[in-house]
Amino acid sequence: MVNFVKGRFVQNYRLPSGGRINRNKVLTFRYNNRYYKGYEGDTLASALLANGVDIVGRSFKYSRARGIMCAGVEEPNAIMQVGATEATQIPNVRATEQSLYDGLVCSSVKGFPSVRFDFMSLVGRVAGGAMGPGFYYKTFMFPAFMWETYEKFIRKAAGLGRSSRERDPDTYDHMHQHVDVMVVGGGASGLMAALSAARAGARVIIADEQSEMGGALLHHYKEIDNMPALDWVQQVCDELDANENVQRFTRSVVTGLHDHNFLTINERRTHHLGDAAPQGMTRERIHKVRASSVVLATGAHERPLVFGNNDLPGCMQCSAVSQYIRRYAVMPGTSLVVMTANDSGYQCAFDWFDVGREVVAIVDTRANPDGDVFVQAKERGIEVITGSAVIEARGGERVRKAVVAAINDKGTFVTGEPTELLCDTIASSGGWSPAVHLSCHTGSRPVWNDDIFGFVPGETPENNIAAGRVSGAQTLSDCLREGIKAGADAAASCATLHGQASSDSLSTPKVVDVKQGAAMAMYLVPHTKTPTRAPKQFVDMQNDVTAAALQVSTREGFESIEHVKRYTAMGFGTDQGKTGNVNGMAIVAKTLGQTIAQTGTTVFRPNYTPVTFGAVAGSNKGALFDPKRFTPMHKWHVEHGAKFENVGQWKRAWYFPREGERMQDTLNRECVATRASVGILDASTLGKIDIQGKDAREFLGRVYTNAWAKLEPGRCRYGLMCGEDGMVMDDGVTSCLAENHFLMTTTTGGAASVLSWLELYHQTEWPEMDVYFNSVTDHWATMTISGPNSRALLAKVCSDIDLDKDAFKFMDWRAGTVAGAPARVYRISFTGELSYEINVPAHYGLHVWEALFEHGREFDLTPYGTESMHVLRAEKGFVIVGQDTDGSITPIDMDHAWAVANNKPFSYIGKRGMAREDCLRPNRKQLVGLETVDPNTVLPEGAQAVRNPAQSIPMTMVGHVTSSYYSANVGRSIAMAVIRDGLNRMGESVFFPLADGSVVEAKICNTNWVDPDGARHKS
Amino acid sequence: MFVIYCPYCEEHREEEEFHASGQAHLARPLDPDNCTDKEWGDFLYFRKNPRGLHQELWQHTAGCRKFFNITRDTVSYKILETYKVGESPKVNLEDASHG
Repeated sequence: MVNFVKGRFVQNYRLPSGGRINRNKVLTFRYNNRYYKGYEGDTLASALLANGVDIVGRSFKYSRARGIMCAGVEEPNAIMQVGATEATQIPNVRATEQSLYDGLVCSSVKGFPSVRFDFMSLVGRVAGGAMGPGFYYKTFMFPAFMWETYEKFIRKAAGLGRSSRERDPDTYDHMHQHVDVMVVGGGASGLMAALSAARAGARVIIADEQSEMGGALLHHYKEIDNMPALDWVQQVCDELDANENVQRFTRSVVTGLHDHNFLTINERRTHHLGDAAPQGMTRERIHKVRASSVVLATGAHERPLVFGNNDLPGCMQCSAVSQYIRRYAVMPGTSLVVMTANDSGYQCAFDWFDVGREVVAIVDTRANPDGDVFVQAKERGIEVITGSAVIEARGGERVRKAVVAAINDKGTFVTGEPTELLCDTIASSGGWSPAVHLSCHTGSRPVWNDDIFGFVPGETPENNIAAGRVSGAQTLSDCLREGIKAGADAAASCATLHGQASSDSLSTPKVVDVKQGAAMAMYLVPHTKTPTRAPKQFVDMQNDVTAAALQVSTREGFESIEHVKRYTAMGFGTDQGKTGNVNGMAIVAKTLGQTIAQTGTTVFRPNYTPVTFGAVAGSNKGALFDPKRFTPMHKWHVEHGAKFENVGQWKRAWYFPREGERMQDTLNRECVATRASVGILDASTLGKIDIQGKDAREFLGRVYTNAWAKLEPGRCRYGLMCGEDGMVMDDGVTSCLAENHFLMTTTTGGAASVLSWLELYHQTEWPEMDVYFNSVTDHWATMTISGPNSRALLAKVCSDIDLDKDAFKFMDWRAGTVAGAPARVYRISFTGELSYEINVPAHYGLHVWEALFEHGREFDLTPYGTESMHVLRAEKGFVIVGQDTDGSITPIDMDHAWAVANNKPFSYIGKRGMAREDCLRPNRKQLVGLETVDPNTVLPEGAQAVRNPAQSIPMTMVGHVTSSYYSANVGRSIAMAVIRDGLNRMGESVFFPLADGSVVEAKICNTNWVDPDGARHKS
Repeated sequence: MFVIYCPYCEEHREEEEFHASGQAHLARPLDPDNCTDKEWGDFLYFRKNPRGLHQELWQHTAGCRKFFNITRDTVSYKILETYKVGESPKVNLEDASHG
């Protein structure tokens, strides 16, 4: 071995030349608190291998040592926690996909307390035999209350990565893209597809998960068009980059193919640059792509074979071995045994041999391999042992020997005496599993193909086109040809290009294909012992699922592959079983005596690879997480120390505390001041819908329960809105502005849904009606002055409305000028006091509000927020829809029979519903008042009522508290509740057993605590 | 994420602009007061939940605010047609599901 870096940690396994790495740029990184060096162009995995690091994790269940097995997205073992600081932690990063950068800090996520010494491995060794499928289900099920304790222990021991406890310093964003053709995958087929679609004039995006385009060409050196393959790749990329209609993304995983050709691309923009993104760059970006057609050129993942101890570090995929040697100039070991069931496995032996290292043997499971590669192996002098298999790997924490035995020609049992070969690396290839994942995201099931022993994409709803290895193509020339056709077909099917797609077709680049020998169907390699007695034969490395476990679970009755998956956890890891699933299905199929096609696959769902929460959130965080709505007077509220509450997206002033006040002190002061003199509320958030048209009045009569026929211009009326089921849905005051013109107000939260409701009935049921709706919520600033001095206050700022109590009566509205602003003033009241609701165009809101305070000083004008509003209205028994009602309350239930006009000619919405048998029965829950026996006890809202607190649990509950406050004006606590048959039980006691064990007694009463005769609001 | 053709705006727009409102063609009984409880209950609560083609009512909430109908396959999520309220669907559910 040649040492390039002097010092303690040297890249002993780096080859002296070759690879797509920059040897002039040495990078230092830290892994498990030790420093190592690598080169620019390395992945974390290739750099670790270059330094001879062969244990990168401990397994999930048995805590066995695990090494790097693959070189790409399918890697199950090398899962890292990356991040130099707490804030930049990223869990579960695949070392095979993380580009190396200077200063990278990482650690294994598995292994507690360390990968080298792991106390759970003792559990694995001692209890390993007993930890069958469903071990955790069976062992930790009882007693049930202990689960939370077990779970913490299991999670810690299993050691999945952890996310940061600090705020992520990076930013992320999303982009919307609209293209004609989206090409997924930048290998030979994808590049051809993108090029042919682009030449046809299509707008194209091509994305690939790797750091550069080329796919398998990056390590599988062949000539294309008489030039080195990578020169050819560069030439294609140059043409694509020169085309303004093409976007080419690298380090970009297409994570989902959703309905109607909506794709998500997760672009890792800065993961290769450093621990945090450079200034001004987003760390990751999600491209949300809407494409007319989609070409899937996602390639295939090599399937390792399943044999005894196949998880020992040193067991790898054949193609991964080639990648490390050719692309990164790294030797994953010193002496190699290859086991293959097809021709492709030979390549890694050639790559190993060609750099002058020892290939012990190629073990071919086929009795008579007849492809060109067999001859090439012989020419190199490599021993090929045919009709045999590596049935077991031996070694402590690294492969030391391969146990080889002759097998029968179906590969189902061992026929010869096992012999041992000394080696430290065993590369295996059972064939290739097309990366069908994206084709399945919209519900399509993949189809088994007996020619390649793999699943290929089925027909998808949008007729996505699969090209290359993913569709089962076996040779490079087929891949190129399919790519060209796919790109042309995709462009031709675009509506936007209909009939205009250029016919400038590409000719297939020239490549020399070798003669391929027939592959053999091989998944589980037989052993001299049965799977349950043989050394563990792993199917899913990340979840420690063995062949024996799959057989046991089928014996225990789990026959559907979906059930087997959930029982054994096969395919549940962060790798989603990219290497193991097909092997697992084959083993299950064989145990059940079925074909793999009959057994089928589990469902592949988005995302293809894990996506960070940062990328998902994008810029939708902090202030941009959800829109905030502010009233025109918001600034004043902030300046005057208001506390705010969220009402939907609105920020509403909640209460206005003064220095030293507790919340209840504030509420007491605000409520008393309002009834004593005058208070003011910002009510701008109430929904306002402008309704016009000659049938507007009739329409109101149909959607409200009460009568509207006689409401004159200048008058207002409270309206109650029900659903067809007869349950109260919304309420508010509607004013007649002119004969065919009304203004409806809704609850703050109901504004949007009520508008949709009105539109629904107008558009679908009564389109013949002449009526129009428009939201004017934001157009008006609304301030309500309430209290005995409100008239005197209004008179100070309004001279053109006659405020005389008989000229401007309760439930009248008048247009005029308030503090110089055009205004509509409504004499309506939600407090029971004399009250005016002043509406001015929104931009005058703050000015009018401030003018009122200027003139309100002499009346001690007191601002109050939503909490005092709630108390004041409860003192009068006014309901809040959504608080005192819950979708099961009719107007009758809440004692609002006065707002129901059953003599209207049209059967208004809610009338028939209210007449249903269940709505008419006695003993319904009805809205009543409550007074606690102890006047200082305030019931919790939501408390459940019982008639007899001495009964045994579960008690019969008869209702619950909907609103509950301490009222300074009444001098005691008051509450509203829905109680069975409550309206007939005035004066009776109900009891509220609370969570702390106490029981509160309260008497049912009516809800009109203040001014029961209603003299004040009419004064 | 669907892409939906609004028959009023006459444009394909993203699903984010729309709101689904359940089964289409639910006519409110003309004389509710003379419906039996069963008839009214059927109108109120009973909805189809087909595997396959379904006619749905959608609203272009963040667009023209118009309600319109969609014939959609609940398995493939393909939208076969959109049409205005008051128009008849061109896709015959019976024929399509057997064909």
